Amino acid sequence: MTEREATRLSRARRARGAAAGVVVVILILAAAFFRLQVLGVGDFRLQSTNNRLRPIPIPAARGAVTDRHGQLLAESIPGYSISLLPSPEDSARATLERLAPYLGLDDAAVGSLLERRRRQPQLPLRVRDDLSFEQVAAVEERRPQFRAVVIETHPRRRYPGGAAVAHVIGYVSEISQSELDREQFADYSPGRVIGKQGVERTYERVLTGTDGQRHVEVNALGSIVREFPSELAQPAVQGDDLVLTLDLDLQQFTDSIFPPGYRGGVVALDPRTGEVLLLYSHPTFDPNLFVGGISGADWARLRDDPAQPLLNRAAAALYPPGSTWKLVLATLAMREGTAEIGSYMPTSCRGALQFGRRPFRCWRPEGHGALDLSSAIKESCNVFFYQLGLRFGLDAFLAGADALGFNSPTGLDLPGEVSGRYPPDREWYDRRFGRFGWTESVVLNLSIGQGETEQTLLRMVQFYSALATGNPPVVPHLLQSEVLDQVREDWRLDLPEPRRLELVDALTRVVNELGGTAYWHRPRDWTMAGKTGTAQNPHGDPHSWFIGFAPVDNPRIVIAAVVENGHPDNETSRAVPLASQIVSRHLGREGVPVDLPTPPVGPSEIRAPDPRAGAPMPALAPSADRRR
Amino acid sequence: MKADRPAIRRGLGDPALVGGAFLLALSGIAMIWSAGQVDVPSGVTGAWGRQLTWLGISLTAFAVVVRIPLRWMEWATPWIYGLSVVLLLAVLVIGSGPNTRSWLRLAGFSFQPAELAKLATILLLARWLGGRKEPETRLFGLWKPVLGVFVPFLLVMAQPDLGSAMIFVVILFSALYWAGCPLFTIFMLASPAISLLLGFSAPIWGVWFVVVIVALYVRRPFVAEGISVAIANLAAGALAAPLWHRLAPYQQRRLLVFLDPDVDPQGAGWHLIQSKVAIGSGGLFGQGFGQGPQKRLAFLPEQHTDFIFSVVGEELGLLGVLAFLVLLGWFLRRVLRVAADSPPGFGSLLVFCFFSVWFAHLVINIGMTVGLMPVTGLPLPFLSYGGSFLLTTFVGLALVCRVASEI
Repeated sequence: MTEREATRLSRARRARGAAAGVVVVILILAAAFFRLQVLGVGDFRLQSTNNRLRPIPIPAARGAVTDRHGQLLAESIPGYSISLLPSPEDSARATLERLAPYLGLDDAAVGSLLERRRRQPQLPLRVRDDLSFEQVAAVEERRPQFRAVVIETHPRRRYPGGAAVAHVIGYVSEISQSELDREQFADYSPGRVIGKQGVERTYERVLTGTDGQRHVEVNALGSIVREFPSELAQPAVQGDDLVLTLDLDLQQFTDSIFPPGYRGGVVALDPRTGEVLLLYSHPTFDPNLFVGGISGADWARLRDDPAQPLLNRAAAALYPPGSTWKLVLATLAMREGTAEIGSYMPTSCRGALQFGRRPFRCWRPEGHGALDLSSAIKESCNVFFYQLGLRFGLDAFLAGADALGFNSPTGLDLPGEVSGRYPPDREWYDRRFGRFGWTESVVLNLSIGQGETEQTLLRMVQFYSALATGNPPVVPHLLQSEVLDQVREDWRLDLPEPRRLELVDALTRVVNELGGTAYWHRPRDWTMAGKTGTAQNPHGDPHSWFIGFAPVDNPRIVIAAVVENGHPDNETSRAVPLASQIVSRHLGREGVPVDLPTPPVGPSEIRAPDPRAGAPMPALAPSADRRR
Repeated sequence: MKADRPAIRRGLGDPALVGGAFLLALSGIAMIWSAGQVDVPSGVTGAWGRQLTWLGISLTAFAVVVRIPLRWMEWATPWIYGLSVVLLLAVLVIGSGPNTRSWLRLAGFSFQPAELAKLATILLLARWLGGRKEPETRLFGLWKPVLGVFVPFLLVMAQPDLGSAMIFVVILFSALYWAGCPLFTIFMLASPAISLLLGFSAPIWGVWFVVVIVALYVRRPFVAEGISVAIANLAAGALAAPLWHRLAPYQQRRLLVFLDPDVDPQGAGWHLIQSKVAIGSGGLFGQGFGQGPQKRLAFLPEQHTDFIFSVVGEELGLLGVLAFLVLLGWFLRRVLRVAADSPPGFGSLLVFCFFSVWFAHLVINIGMTVGLMPVTGLPLPFLSYGGSFLLTTFVGLALVCRVASEI
């Protein structure tokens, strides 16, 4: 073998080595492709799909809310919204800045939108959802500038009842970050509309529908290439409708006659079922302002208004119950046998009762003279009830009223209902004022509904509905539901029926007898029973209370009304005419048979001038007496 | 011997090879056309037409070069080499390009001098190593070929174009391998480079250094060689970290994402992730020619140049991939046969170097699309869009065929 041949031979080996290298490398590459394309095809197909498909939520319309007669309180109407597809921050910012002039976005709005994009960069960004057709059309005309923009029709909330039902219906708005952080709303995504207040909040899960989803195909730059028909698409499912026990007409009527310039609230129940017929707070606001995001100016106006229009005075405000509380004491005392309807107290009313070193006054400086319990209720004599309270005893009074639920909320299906406040026992006073910081005289104040008792309209109206019917106390509720109609409170009045009727009779005298505190504003056609109240408070004139029910024989409505500072003098009670008119309106609409004979002299002539005039009225019977 | 071969073999050397190359180039143009079928306005859409023009130019060049006798080529080698070094220097001064200064514009044409330099370096090494009767066995005897490669290597690194620079290393070692240099000598030459790569991790480099020392002890080269290799390995290991910091940030990122594409999914890792998604979603049969959604929606970057094979994977599936791999493998095998069949010397070395360069391009480019290789921007011969690369490939093919015809 020559050297040249040896070289050639070794060259043949080298060639074989190189050829083997080619084969091995190609096999390795083939194996790599096999791994990706056969073993990994499922994962990569999915990834490819995720790459190019963007889910677009189809917002579900919320269910409608109607009143007991089918009148719409809340509905969903079509609105236009503009969203931005997921895109890098820079291009999102540029698009928003180009959109700003067409949609009326200021710098702050752009900033907060970009902040929301940062939190959820993979979801479409809802820019505005309350756009007019003209605004949408302006953007659509400039489509080439706005490739990553989606225009959708979008259900939009509308409240036809407006301000009259604002505190009941509440309102919807975009979910807040703090709500998103709650476990309760773990399945909600940013930008979703959620019930914020009222029934919208309580029944959020019922009203809210299930958002659907569709897909668009986008390219690597985030521009939409086409709609993607996909089996993944889901239609939106509208939320369920709600029927409330409320009567829109009664709400609007109340809104129209509530004394202008005053604050207060009215609640009316059907005492047989606990259905809330009326729940009104004044002043009120237009819930439509909140839909699609309330403007800064509107929000500042509502928030800073000293009249607190957002406060629900019917369920979330506490008032001293004043003389309406006397029936609580009367009920307890009659139940325990401390007093009977014809009982007199040792000291007759001379305008005040001396207890310890100070006099406790009656509202009538010249005094009522000697009264039995029935007349003391009719004329609302404080001196009588001071003595009844003393005789009944502080401990029994505290424990007795506490057992009637005055220390807890009623459980109305509205967010924000507050609990009544009432001292459950002597220890409460010890804690509050110190062991020797208070005296037995607290029972005197408690006896006339002042001092340490503060109640909501709702709680008081519940007590009076139990008194009106003698049935176990109903639970107030807004949702029309036969199940809720049957729910009863745990506590009972435990008042023997004859005793209860005696109290009802006394309450009837309040309204229907000359000298009764509500006589001058009684309803014309129906016998109403009830109790006025004058609640002293540190904010000015006493609050004016009235709680009543009608017709007396078979009550269909129990109403409680408070007009803050509505009792400037003994002549004037703004709550009584308000309640009377509402009761008449309701009974008339319901077709309840008239149970009062038409008097020879028209009641309208007896009746006070239009209460809406706001002028001082010749109101309370005692003052009328005095005038006489 | 030549006389009894058919004329076509005398003219073209290996007609099957030319046919295969033509078929590959046509399929490449088809894939470039498909790469231009996108839903986003793109300059790629017309690329196939330009590539077709370049194919015409390349075939003309092929027809010219295939007629040039090898002796003339061998004679012209130093001139070609000198010209390519001048152009490499020029591109550093007046070159253009996105990340690197690798393009030179001359009379309306733009081309990459690195492509010419590869050709020139192959010619130079073939001339130097092929002119010897006996292969060089001593390490120090290799200074000439090492220097001949080192000059263009450094100039290309300075652009900086890491991928092309690697090809010069491939040329050096494949030429030495084919010239019959002992494998141990090649090992000694390569060991400092390997030290450089392993220098990032002290323990791994330590193991490598022990291997080098043991090998030197067992094979006992000349004392000076042994000491030099040991010192070079030490120095390379120590220089690894400083050199790493000299790399451009985009090069560092490319190497890092090779290890883990998810470190920079929107940046350097994007190419690799999208390429794998495109290939993987192709499955067995592919999404259909021209239909690949990844490509259509512009998720796949460089779909007509570096990542043309990802389009093959997405649209033609594993079957298409295998067809192309088989065709490319067959082509390389055929080139290798020319090298093996031709007499040792200039021609045979020339052919083997082209085989190695194309093979390296194939491994690095296709390996890159599936994540087996770092993303370096080396085109795939015949398939990737790129005029000057297609031209040099066909000029190389012409030289291969000339060698085959002179057997």
